Amino acid sequence: MLVLENIVTHYGNIQALKGISLKINKGEIVTIIGANGAGKTTTLKTICSLVKPTSGKIFFEGNDITSKHTSDIVEAGIALVPEGRRVFPKMTVMENLSLGAYLNNDRNKIKNDLEKVFDLFPVLKNRLKQVSGTLSGGEQQMLAMGRALMARPKLLLLDEPSMGLAPKIVSNIFDIIQQINSEGTTILLVEQNAQMALSIANKGYVMETGRFILEDSANTLLNNEEVKKAYLGES
Amino acid sequence: MFFEQIINGLALGSTYSLIALGYTMVYGILELINFAHSEIYMTGAFIGLTMVTVYKVPFPIALLISMAGSCILGVCIEKAAYKPLRKANRIAPLISAIGVSIFLQNLALIIAGPQARAFPKNFKVTTIQVGSLFKISSIQLLILLVSIVLMIGLHFLINKTKIGQAIRATAQDKETAQLMGIKIDRIISLTFAIGSALGGAAGVLVGVYFNSVDPMMGFFPGLKGFVAAVLGGIGNIPGAMVGGLILGLVEVIGAVYMSQYKDAIAFAVLIIILLLKPTGLLGQKVQEKV
Repeated sequence: MLVLENIVTHYGNIQALKGISLKINKGEIVTIIGANGAGKTTTLKTICSLVKPTSGKIFFEGNDITSKHTSDIVEAGIALVPEGRRVFPKMTVMENLSLGAYLNNDRNKIKNDLEKVFDLFPVLKNRLKQVSGTLSGGEQQMLAMGRALMARPKLLLLDEPSMGLAPKIVSNIFDIIQQINSEGTTILLVEQNAQMALSIANKGYVMETGRFILEDSANTLLNNEEVKKAYLGES
Repeated sequence: MFFEQIINGLALGSTYSLIALGYTMVYGILELINFAHSEIYMTGAFIGLTMVTVYKVPFPIALLISMAGSCILGVCIEKAAYKPLRKANRIAPLISAIGVSIFLQNLALIIAGPQARAFPKNFKVTTIQVGSLFKISSIQLLILLVSIVLMIGLHFLINKTKIGQAIRATAQDKETAQLMGIKIDRIISLTFAIGSALGGAAGVLVGVYFNSVDPMMGFFPGLKGFVAAVLGGIGNIPGAMVGGLILGLVEVIGAVYMSQYKDAIAFAVLIIILLLKPTGLLGQKVQEKV
C-alpha cells in the first residue's frame, strides 16, 4: 500500500533521514520505534510532503506521490495525527472535526463519519462546543485522531499518540487504534513506547539516527535481545 | 455639537477600521506587518478617482472597481515581494514591505504628480437633521453604511463559511492546516486579497470625505490603521474593528480641545496601549496544552 524507497531528507545541511526503505501492506499495523531524534517524525512528515525528500521515491497504492502537494496526499487517502496532537486550540471541538473533512463536500457522508467518530470517542460528543485548547491531553489526542478519521483515510499515520498521557488513557487509545484498524484502516504508528506499539503491531522497524537498523515481525522484535535492552527496559 | 463630533469620530474611525483589518488579517496569517498596505489604500483612492472623473461611472461602481483593483494589487505584492521570502529571516519581508511602499509612492508621484486632486462627488450631498441635536451628512452616512456592510460581510465570511474556517485554521497552525488538505498558499493570497479590497474601499471613502487624493495620502491613515490594529489586538479581527472606531472617536474628540495635536493623539494612544496592555484590547494568548 505504501512503499518508501531509499528516502533521504535534509533539514538545511543536516541529514535527518539517511536512505530509508519501508513497506506497508493493506490492513496492517506497522510501527516505527526508536529514541528521540532518530528521525521518526521526519519520516511521517516526509510521507505527507510537509518536508520534501532530497532523494528517493514514495509510492501510495502504486502511484508516485513523492513531493506532491500535501493536500493531494490527504486527498489520496493518507491522514496524519501529528506529534503533540496539534488541535486548533482556539476552535471548538466541532470546528476541528469539520476541518478534518475539509476536502469532503458531501454533507451526508460527513454526518455519517461524525457518528462513527462519536462511536469511537463518545467523550467528544458531549464537548462539541468546547474550545479545544481547554481539553485535557487525552481528549485532545482523541480529537486529533477523530479529526484525522474525518478525512476518511485509507492509511492513518500516528505520531506518538501516547506522549504525555496517563497509562490508563494510553491503553484506551491503543485499544481504539486496534479498533480503527479492524474496521479497515491501515496504520503506521510511530512510538517511543515500544512495548505498547509492538504489542499491537504486525511489523516493526527500529530506527536509529536516520536509519532503520532492524526490521522484523513485531513478535520477533519483542523477543529480540538488543531491542529488549535498548527499548523495552529489560536487562 | 457633541453628537456631531461622535458622528465625525465614527465616520473617520470606521475608515481606520477598514484599514486596520488589512493589517490584522495579514499579521494573523503571516506575522508580517504589511507596510505596503497604506499604498494599497492610496492606489484604491486613485482608482476610484479615475473611475469617477475619467470614465464617469456611478460612485458605487467606482467603489467596487477600486476594491477589485486593490485586491489584484495586494495579491501581486504578496506574490512578488513576500512569497519568495516566506522562509527567510523575519526582518527580510518587513524590509521588502517598506521597499514596496516607497516604490508605489514614487510610482504614483510619477504618474499622478505631487499635487492633491479633488474628488468630485457625482451624487447629491445633503445633511440629514434628526431632532435638534443629531445631524449627519450623506457622505458620513455613506461611509458608515459601506463600512458596516463590509465588516458584517467579513465577519460572516470568517466565522460562518468553510473558507473562513480555512483562514482561521491557517492563522492558528499552518502545518496542521495543510494536513487537513487546505492549500495554504491560496489562503494567504486570499487574505491579502480581502485585506487589500477593504483598504482600497477605505481609500475611496476617505478621498470623497476629505475631497482630496494624492500620492502621499496613505502615510498617516496607514500608520493610524496600524495603531488601530494594535489597539484592538493585532491579529484579532473584531479587535481591528473596535480599535479603529475608538481611535477615530478619541482623535476627533481630542482635536476639539487641542486641534494642533490631532495626529499626535493616535500615537499617544499607541504608546499608552503598549504600556498598559501590550496584547491590545481584545488580544489574548490562549494557553495551549501539549
